[in-house]
Amino acid sequence: MRTYLSFFRMRFLMNLQYKVAAWAGMATQFVWGGMYILLFSAIYSFSSAPKPMGLDQLTTYIWLQQAFLALIMLWYRDGGLFDLIISGNVAYELVRPVRLYPMWYTRLLSHRLAGVLLRFAPILLVSMLLPYPYGLSAPESLSSFLLFIATLLNGTLLTVAYSMIISISMFRTLSAVGSLTLFGLVSEFLAGMVIPLPLMPLGLQKILMVLPFWLTGDFPFRIYTGHIPVSDALYGVAMQFAWTIVLVSIGIIWLRRIQRKIIIQGG
Amino acid sequence: MKLYLNYVRILLRSHMQYRASFFMVLIGQLIYPITLFAGVYLLVSRFGEIGGWSIPELTFSFGALLISYSIAEAFARGFDLFSNMVRTGEFDRVLVRPRGTILQVLGSRFELNRIGKLVTSLCMYIWAVFNLGIVWSLDKIVVAFFMVVAGIFVFSGVFILAAVWSFWTISGNELLNILTDGTREMARFPLDVYKSKIILIFIFIIPVASANFLPLMYITGKAVENQFLYALSPMLGIVFILPCLLLWQVGVRHYKSTGS
Repeated sequence: MRTYLSFFRMRFLMNLQYKVAAWAGMATQFVWGGMYILLFSAIYSFSSAPKPMGLDQLTTYIWLQQAFLALIMLWYRDGGLFDLIISGNVAYELVRPVRLYPMWYTRLLSHRLAGVLLRFAPILLVSMLLPYPYGLSAPESLSSFLLFIATLLNGTLLTVAYSMIISISMFRTLSAVGSLTLFGLVSEFLAGMVIPLPLMPLGLQKILMVLPFWLTGDFPFRIYTGHIPVSDALYGVAMQFAWTIVLVSIGIIWLRRIQRKIIIQGG
Repeated sequence: MKLYLNYVRILLRSHMQYRASFFMVLIGQLIYPITLFAGVYLLVSRFGEIGGWSIPELTFSFGALLISYSIAEAFARGFDLFSNMVRTGEFDRVLVRPRGTILQVLGSRFELNRIGKLVTSLCMYIWAVFNLGIVWSLDKIVVAFFMVVAGIFVFSGVFILAAVWSFWTISGNELLNILTDGTREMARFPLDVYKSKIILIFIFIIPVASANFLPLMYITGKAVENQFLYALSPMLGIVFILPCLLLWQVGVRHYKSTGS
């Protein structure tokens, strides 16, 4: 355990170095957030249909999504792992006297946590200053705020387990772009990142809420805005744990099977 | 022109060396417009018409936009990845060859897999053409054609602008995605739905509106006054390429090699 902790600390500090990329990312996310809010407020002002969530809830949801993007993005690429596999340098990883899955897991986790730590505070701060209903509102209650943090972090464990499976699939396809675009596009839609889950038709929502994707971002954000009351959150929390266990198990088993067959091409 | 076709032929051959990867990307590109449009469709089905545009009208403008975007991307991708060329010093080699820089940068990349995106968006477009519920007179067909052409020019221009930027900053810049992807994302809907001053930027600075709601208003007969201005609006997008090319020349003159 201590090995992995110190490995985590090392990677985490290293990833904190990428400050310029973080500034650029933040600017992008501001524009993106603003764009979505423009769009949704336009739709809301036109439509007389009943609104599944208030405009202030929706904008809060979008700002949270932008601020914590590094935690919830399902296609987030940790370039390092892909390069390791493609270049064959993965051989060095294999000879280390540590287990591969936990080491890579901590690597991906530290990458995401460092990424979010560099970005989230300025985005939240500025979006709080925007006038109502375009800015970030306060959380529904103290308990929903605490539960939001807990479920967001819990969801991150799930996201990383998912990215692990994508990374492991690289052993098979050896093409980062191919598997990334395929997985990324579909899962992003299923996670409510193209349009938020509550705005989708009810039948589709029911299906998506059985799948793991909404648990990473949509679920914690809706707890924050009070769209999911704290008392109703048990289902989601249980699903988060269940799916994390399932995805981690799949990853471990798959990686073990691949490790047995792996051939390093000289070099 | 012959030289450019030669470039394209060589690039196609090199792509085909990685066949599996090529098809994975191709499928990804096929799916991309579908997930994007599914978002549009679900919003409309839940909230009714968006800004007074019906589903066929939204599909028409979305399809036209992605057709021009994928064509521009297939050809002008070299500009999109141009910062690599500057950073690695590859551009030095371009400069010493006795051919134009624009031709060579255009010829440095050709992404056939963008055909995936093109196919799906073309399907949407054709479906919309027959479901718009309008009479396709000759003038409307011409405007619709130039709507797509304007889109190709606007996006190529945006790619060139992004490339010009890297003459000064050297490294590729995530910020530039705001320009290229942001323009595309905004124009997913007819821009007038935003009811905001922001659309003025997209009429007069990056005139993507000229491939978007302006000609669309003419085609659907929503433009009441000054109809001919709406019909001529795609010209604005085509002219946009001129200042972009001019800036490119300024950038080339400013270029200092990184020396590596």
